[in-house]
Amino acid sequence: MLEIRDLRATAGDIEILKGINLTVNRGEVHALMGPNGSGKSTLAQVLAGHPSYQVTSGSVIYEGQDLLDMEPEERAQAGVFLAFQYPVEIPGVSNAYFLRAAYNEIRKSKGLEEIDSMDFIDLLEEKLKVVEWGPEIMSRAVNSGFSGGEKKRNEILQLALLEPKLAILDETDSGLDIDALRIVAAGVNKLRSPDRAFVVVTHYQRLLNYIVPDFVHVLSNGRIAMSGGKDLAHELEAKGYEWVEAASAAAAGAGA
Amino acid sequence: MSEAVLQRLDIRAGTAIAEGPDWLEPVRRAAADHFAKVGFPTSRDEEWRFTPVGPIAQGTWRPSPGVAAGVSADRLAPFVFGQAEWSTLVFVNGAYSEALSRILELPQGVRAGSLAEALRGDDAVLRTHLARHAPIDGSPFTALNTAGFRDGGLLHVPAGLDLERPVHFVHVTTPDATGTAIHPRNLIVIERGARASVIESYVTLAPDGVYWTNPVTEVAAAAGSWLEHTRIQRESERAHHVGLTHVDQERDSHYRSFSMAMGGALARHNLHVRLNDENIETLMYGLYLTRGEQVVDNHTAIFHDQPNCRSWEVYKGVLDGRSRAVFNGKVFVQPEAQKTDAKQTNRNLLLSDLARVDTKPQLEIFADDVKCTHGATVGRLDDVALFYARSRGVPREAAERLLTYAFAAEVIEEVALEPVRNELDRLVLDRLEARRGGAAGRG
Ligand SMILES: Nc1ncnc2c1ncn2[C@@H]1O[C@H](COP(=O)(O)OP(=O)(O)O)[C@@H](O)[C@H]1O
Ligand SMILES: [Mg+2]
Repeated sequence: MLEIRDLRATAGDIEILKGINLTVNRGEVHALMGPNGSGKSTLAQVLAGHPSYQVTSGSVIYEGQDLLDMEPEERAQAGVFLAFQYPVEIPGVSNAYFLRAAYNEIRKSKGLEEIDSMDFIDLLEEKLKVVEWGPEIMSRAVNSGFSGGEKKRNEILQLALLEPKLAILDETDSGLDIDALRIVAAGVNKLRSPDRAFVVVTHYQRLLNYIVPDFVHVLSNGRIAMSGGKDLAHELEAKGYEWVEAASAAAAGAGA
Repeated sequence: MSEAVLQRLDIRAGTAIAEGPDWLEPVRRAAADHFAKVGFPTSRDEEWRFTPVGPIAQGTWRPSPGVAAGVSADRLAPFVFGQAEWSTLVFVNGAYSEALSRILELPQGVRAGSLAEALRGDDAVLRTHLARHAPIDGSPFTALNTAGFRDGGLLHVPAGLDLERPVHFVHVTTPDATGTAIHPRNLIVIERGARASVIESYVTLAPDGVYWTNPVTEVAAAAGSWLEHTRIQRESERAHHVGLTHVDQERDSHYRSFSMAMGGALARHNLHVRLNDENIETLMYGLYLTRGEQVVDNHTAIFHDQPNCRSWEVYKGVLDGRSRAVFNGKVFVQPEAQKTDAKQTNRNLLLSDLARVDTKPQLEIFADDVKCTHGATVGRLDDVALFYARSRGVPREAAERLLTYAFAAEVIEEVALEPVRNELDRLVLDRLEARRGGAAGRG
């Protein structure tokens, strides 16, 4: 589904991604871990098409298409979804209006008719259950004045509604208390399916107790320094990121 | 030369002065004399520095023709929004049209109707309020209006009454207005403890018409009254519009204004609110949408003369093409006006590189125990928000429209009456849609 090959990207003059390789297949859940500043969000944003980052080399093939050649909206329409680490506030637009606009744009891109507002209300009601929310949230402006936890939950609501094929969750767990974490994780688990892949970016292994990954990768200084199964997350928890950095430095040294 | 303007507009010798009640005549005459003395402002006038009134001053305007024939209710329908049970007063090219107006089921004692009609009797409310609020030496345009007005909306709500349904004054021009000057005059008197909503619209059936509207609206909000006042200016984009709203507020009153400006080649609105007693609340919201070569100017002035009052002001603008917007917000806080809480915000969104904004807060504070803040911004659409919307599948142009709408909607939300909010929303969406149609905007 997703093939990232030797991806390098810069912001201004600074190289942040220094050769990323990653393959994600349908139905898989990949955890992407790593210390602060290692490039996790940059990778997520590059995949979503954020214009602040320039890809300097490498390729990303998504469902047989050159993802890097697509506009951000085309990526979303093709089924790529990024849950932002810092969801954006849009005062003046109600959550309901925004969600319906997004939902309809994605339908239009598939040649489907726009959904009418009554049907949309029914659909939303269904999706709100995924994040255990009532309808009140829909009349509030998008993320505007939301608590950190509400913003994250709103991202998962969008995920549930837009039903992407590839969902990238960027630190959806950070800033959540244990109840919110449980709700968000349960929401994600409900959305797991053989056709849908997840890349779950997280700083802590805590989330992975709830969303159990098939693979764990550790990003360090713009590269994937280590990959493994779900046990790698526990090992990291015990040994800390310094261990990965030391191990990958040793590996690099041995390789040279 | 100013005397010549008065002659040409039929103000000196015309019927306006002759027809009114005795007490009005000297007021009119003083106003005409004042205009004759000062004439039109120039760019040397600090108050008019950014507002080139040349096209008005140099025009050879005729008096307005009064009611045009052939205006049907159908053609007015797009402008008469809201519910069927609202009272609507229609003025065509400055004159009241009984046929097009609808005055329905008003609470006992409430008066809504034509000012000219009320002037034919001896009317205590008019005697107390008409031309007693807006000072004729405040602006040459006000003087000219006072000297020459013929008609406009009158609303009087007696003490303690709640005018549950709004009253809408619709001032409409037709192609017959081309080349003419119209001086609409509205008077809104809300007595003690009364409540009302008023909408004042300036619209046209001549979208390319060149004419000049010079309205003045006086508002008297008595103690404990509550008034929502929405002003919608949608003149022809080749017309000129220079208007004043003057509000006098008494103790414990609540006045909320929304001023929408989207028409006019040159459009100016002055909103002056005087807080004459304690514990008054004043909310002033505004939105201007400009494009092409339009110049749209909002001057607001709030006079905190007494302690313990609160004023809150938010004006927003969306500018396209080579248009220009002017915002000047004056806040005067007198030495005795302790505990004043005044906040002013002006935010501008530029959709084009060639649009320009002159924004100037002007706070003159002579009391020390006050909370007064102001802020002005001029910027483009937020890239981060744009990316967020695109990442949800919304194409760039639609995302730009969405965020532009959001920018405007944030201030529209402050309007209390839902049908008015919906109408303002619709106006913004229509304007954005027209832009997509490849209109004026892009340049
Ligand atoms: N737009 C940007 N401009 C400049 N530097 C950036 C930008 N985005 C990220 N960086 C830098 O790149 C590094 C990686 O950041 P990020 O991808 O946010 O890390 P993570 O999500 O793993 O904490 C950091 O040093 C950060 O400061
Ligand atoms: Mg991050």
